[in-house]
Amino acid sequence: MSLVTATIKRDLLLAARNPGEWLNPLMFFLMVAALFPLAVDPDPKFLSKIAGGVIWVAALLATLLSLDALYKADVEDGSLEQWLASGESLYAMSLGKALVHWCISGLPLTLMAPVLGLMLALPDDAFWALILSLAVGTPVLSLLGAVGAALTAGVRSGGLLLSLLILPLYIPVLIFAASAVYHAGIGMAWNGQIGFLGAMLALALCLTPFASAAALKLNLSR
Amino acid sequence: MEFNSVSEFLAMGHHGLYVWLSYGLTAVIIALNVAQPLLRRRRLLKEQAQRLRREKKHAPQA
Amino acid sequence: MSDALCFGGGVKTQLIAVVVMWQWLKQLYHRLGSPKWFYEITTGWIPWLAVLSVIGTVVGLVLGLLYAPADYLQGNSFRIIYIHVPAAILAQSAFMMMAVAGAVYLIWRMKMAAWVAKVIAPIGASFCLIALLTGAIWGKPTWGTWWVWDARLTSMLLLLFLYFGVMALQQAMESEDSSYRAGAILSLVGLVNIPIIKYSVEWWNTLHQPATLKLTEKPSMHPDMLIPLLIMIVTTYVFFALLVILRTRNEILWHERKRSWVKQILES
Repeated sequence: MSLVTATIKRDLLLAARNPGEWLNPLMFFLMVAALFPLAVDPDPKFLSKIAGGVIWVAALLATLLSLDALYKADVEDGSLEQWLASGESLYAMSLGKALVHWCISGLPLTLMAPVLGLMLALPDDAFWALILSLAVGTPVLSLLGAVGAALTAGVRSGGLLLSLLILPLYIPVLIFAASAVYHAGIGMAWNGQIGFLGAMLALALCLTPFASAAALKLNLSR
Repeated sequence: MEFNSVSEFLAMGHHGLYVWLSYGLTAVIIALNVAQPLLRRRRLLKEQAQRLRREKKHAPQA
Repeated sequence: MSDALCFGGGVKTQLIAVVVMWQWLKQLYHRLGSPKWFYEITTGWIPWLAVLSVIGTVVGLVLGLLYAPADYLQGNSFRIIYIHVPAAILAQSAFMMMAVAGAVYLIWRMKMAAWVAKVIAPIGASFCLIALLTGAIWGKPTWGTWWVWDARLTSMLLLLFLYFGVMALQQAMESEDSSYRAGAILSLVGLVNIPIIKYSVEWWNTLHQPATLKLTEKPSMHPDMLIPLLIMIVTTYVFFALLVILRTRNEILWHERKRSWVKQILES
């Protein structure tokens, strides 16, 4: 078994044994979305207009929250050195780590989002757009976020720094995804936006592992 | 020349506040950008010259 | 004679020219990599760059503020263009230069490139800030409010966030080498993202506010308005070069403080 698949298996097993790792961001997602009706206006007409955007902002913040820990343990316990010494491609390894991160953050968020849609009076027509945009968009968040996590893995209290680095890079995903949900809600075509998200996913799949791999090497030279 | 008098020039046809505010803020930021490297250079040269003198003074005794 | 030059000789001279070019480039690269060479050659450039920046600014602003006709829609407030547009253009290309310098450091470990990249970040961020502030002020007479979510202003704001990210990351890293490398990686990721961000913001903007008055987009500018703008853009690049050189020289002095050539400067 190659080191990459072994690491993926180990990380998934760790997440299964320690549910807080993926449950906490999920609860955070729920709570952030619940703040908006309380803070702004519980009127369903108003809520249905902003629901898509609110759910996407909450998903983005929840993703950021879980990113900080992505490489921390591997840097501290020396796994990272082992990967490098093993000669395994760091490209494949960072791709694998991003995939694991998506499985424990993006996937649960996607499955949970319809519940939030109901609570925020999302229009019936927009549910599929919400699920699809999250399914295509959250992997991009994980991939881009993994670069930031690799860059800040060696920094003490890197969580806030990570958000500073990564949030501007998330803007295009947010724009297209939220607009897909909004347009589906008012009965307009939304396949173009999903197409853009797909293109960004393809680009991120090809390019971000290079940046992650280069960033991971930073943590070795200490 | 677009303006007939200095006061007309300063007034900028009711837009004086906006024009001069943006030019003023820009001048401040530019001035800071020029001053920073010049001041840093002065401090750097002074500190390092001091260090050098200190090291020279202590060198013969060692 | 001329035939030989055209055929056999032509190819040969071309080959020689390519080899000479290559040698020259290699030499230039090695020289650029030498902090001492850079420091010594730029000593003579500084006064010229300073004089050029002052002359360019004076000529550009006199033409722009006094001689350019007022805009038929925006009146005299359009004169903010002479600082807003050059600052915005420079802020964007400075990010690109920072990323390229960072890449040179990542690939060839050229220390000079790392210093240049580090030095560009605060300068680029200042120009980005200038573009944002002047854009907001210009928005007040044009749109009636200080801030409008206009496509250009919004992407400028995001560019400022990218600069902040690079600077914050560089400061957080413990070792100098990793701060340079981390900054370089992040600025390269940012560079790839900038066109995507710009495109998405423009698309989002046309969706939400169709047909508002654009600040700087004119079908065609009158030459009396355009020439001062071009002068200001060129001058801004010259001034930027001056700032980068001044700051890079400080980095050189600091990092090379224990070398004999810096000691000579310190003693004089």
